[in-house]
Amino acid sequence: MAQVKKVYETVDSPSYSQVSRDILRPLERPGVRYYLLLGFVMLVLAWGVYAWTVQLDQGLGVAGYTLSVRWAIYIVNFVFWVGIAHSGTLISAILFLFRARWRLAVARSAEAMTIFAVMTAGLFPIIHLGRPWFFYWLMPYPNDRGLWVNFRSPLIWDVFAVSTYFTTSAIFWYVGLIPDIANARDRATGWRLKVYTLLSLGWRGTGRQWRHYSGAYLFFAALATPLVISVHSVVSWDFAMGIVPGWHSTIFAPYFVAGAIFSGLGMVLTLAIPVRKIFKLHQYITVKHFESLAKMIIFTSMIVTYAYVTEFFVAWYSGNLMEQKAFWSRAFGQFGWAFWLMIFCNSVVPLVLWSKKVRTNVGALFVISIFINIGMWFERFVIVVGSLSQGVEPAAWTSYRPTWVELSILAGSFAWFLMWFLLFVKLLPAISITEVKEAMPPPLRGEAAAR
Amino acid sequence: MKQTGALGVFSHLDTTVDAVRELRKQGFNDFVVQSPVPRHELLDVLEHKPSPVRLWTLIGGLLGCVSGFALTIWTSLEWPHRTSAKPIVSIPAFVVIAFELTILFGALATLIGLFFHARLPRFSADIAYDSRFSDDHFGIFIKCKDDRLDAAEKALRVVGAKEVRIEEG
Repeated sequence: MAQVKKVYETVDSPSYSQVSRDILRPLERPGVRYYLLLGFVMLVLAWGVYAWTVQLDQGLGVAGYTLSVRWAIYIVNFVFWVGIAHSGTLISAILFLFRARWRLAVARSAEAMTIFAVMTAGLFPIIHLGRPWFFYWLMPYPNDRGLWVNFRSPLIWDVFAVSTYFTTSAIFWYVGLIPDIANARDRATGWRLKVYTLLSLGWRGTGRQWRHYSGAYLFFAALATPLVISVHSVVSWDFAMGIVPGWHSTIFAPYFVAGAIFSGLGMVLTLAIPVRKIFKLHQYITVKHFESLAKMIIFTSMIVTYAYVTEFFVAWYSGNLMEQKAFWSRAFGQFGWAFWLMIFCNSVVPLVLWSKKVRTNVGALFVISIFINIGMWFERFVIVVGSLSQGVEPAAWTSYRPTWVELSILAGSFAWFLMWFLLFVKLLPAISITEVKEAMPPPLRGEAAAR
Repeated sequence: MKQTGALGVFSHLDTTVDAVRELRKQGFNDFVVQSPVPRHELLDVLEHKPSPVRLWTLIGGLLGCVSGFALTIWTSLEWPHRTSAKPIVSIPAFVVIAFELTILFGALATLIGLFFHARLPRFSADIAYDSRFSDDHFGIFIKCKDDRLDAAEKALRVVGAKEVRIEEG
């Protein structure tokens, strides 16, 4: 009980009904500005789709690939978006198991972010294919000569990891939503009533339903926790299993997982700060919650920085000439600017969060979160493009310059992600009503008399 | 099919918890409690056993693990694809697939278990419901025959229901 009071000390104990009203308010008819923003986002998406049709028509030659750089922005985007997804699961599952109560303010939008980020990430391996219409060749079934997929390939592990991640996160998110949708259903009219009735699956909140629900929810969290760690480990092995200098390292799995959570926490701030302001949810998403996120950011930023340093140490200590050369040119070569940008955004900027003044300044947090998004995108750029441009064969060293098609698809991916997020905040409760109610004092008869 | 009975609407958690105890004492055992949140006070007084959904998770997870190894080992032996001197059955590589399928099957089985035990989806309103139950009120629905309806209604009023409704099937 003491902990409950602590989390909600800023809340002037609203009633259950007030909580439902406040959190369901954003679901009402949107204003003109919302439609304008959605329209703009869809326009950018349409441009990205157009760029992709150009690539489908003319082939991968329209991308800036060179002799050695055959994985570029599409793979950078894939890793970036899978990484963004990770903090959603961290907040919804891992912090749930640790009983970190502050998570509930941002858990729902972070979970939604996970789903949409995986939906975005999943597009990129397909966009990256020379013949994307054959993407189903990755599915485990025998081809017409009876040959199955190669289960020793990290690319097949990826298919299993990412699709399991998407399915499990979607189930976890939806199950969490069921009681809240029932709440929305009981306040809705018209077409919304029909949709929410269907989506709530006829949820009634009986003792029996709650018992199984609580049991299942705990197990979803328990399953999602090792899953999230495995997914980015598998993504990192896409690189680490190759013998490219700068990739072939055992540090990759923990390094990628920490980086993923770091980038995702940044994206949570980027999304939650405007949502809180636009929908006036200050009572539920407090500065205290943002401060807790900021502390997690400092922690993960330090792990990432440590990994950057360790990589250089290992390259030097290995005595391997190519490895040493790769890391020298990572910092001082043609893509050195990207490396220093990454160091600035991921290792230097988060240091200001040691100051409580900065941690509790929402505007500053928003700016820092943008730096983190940029920094983590460039981290993947440095790893993918930087390493490939100078492989083991000096005769095949090439440069790389992204084309308008790749950049348009990059912009389109942000639009695709934001489009889903915008639809989500208008159609589903962006904060878990049930969990907020659970964390506050229940209606008791003594209290009613005291009022 | 709609069930016959009396539905009491309660505004407070403690009143509802006391009411459950009191109704049991009075011999009403067949009732359903509806609430906006899973408060442990309420779940404790209902004395339910731990949810069997956990068994679904375990069985699904084990099945996934076995399927993962079975799929990878069997398909590798089906069409032996020799690369360098690596073993055809490369267990460390297959652990990844087996792990992912453990989680996938575990999650799907948990979902099926939840739907099965919580009887979802269910759109026919068999038990009387009030839209306030998802918001801030608690409900107790006593299932009973016509001859006990008056007694049930009276009992609900005595234990502190704010409103009582009679539902006839």
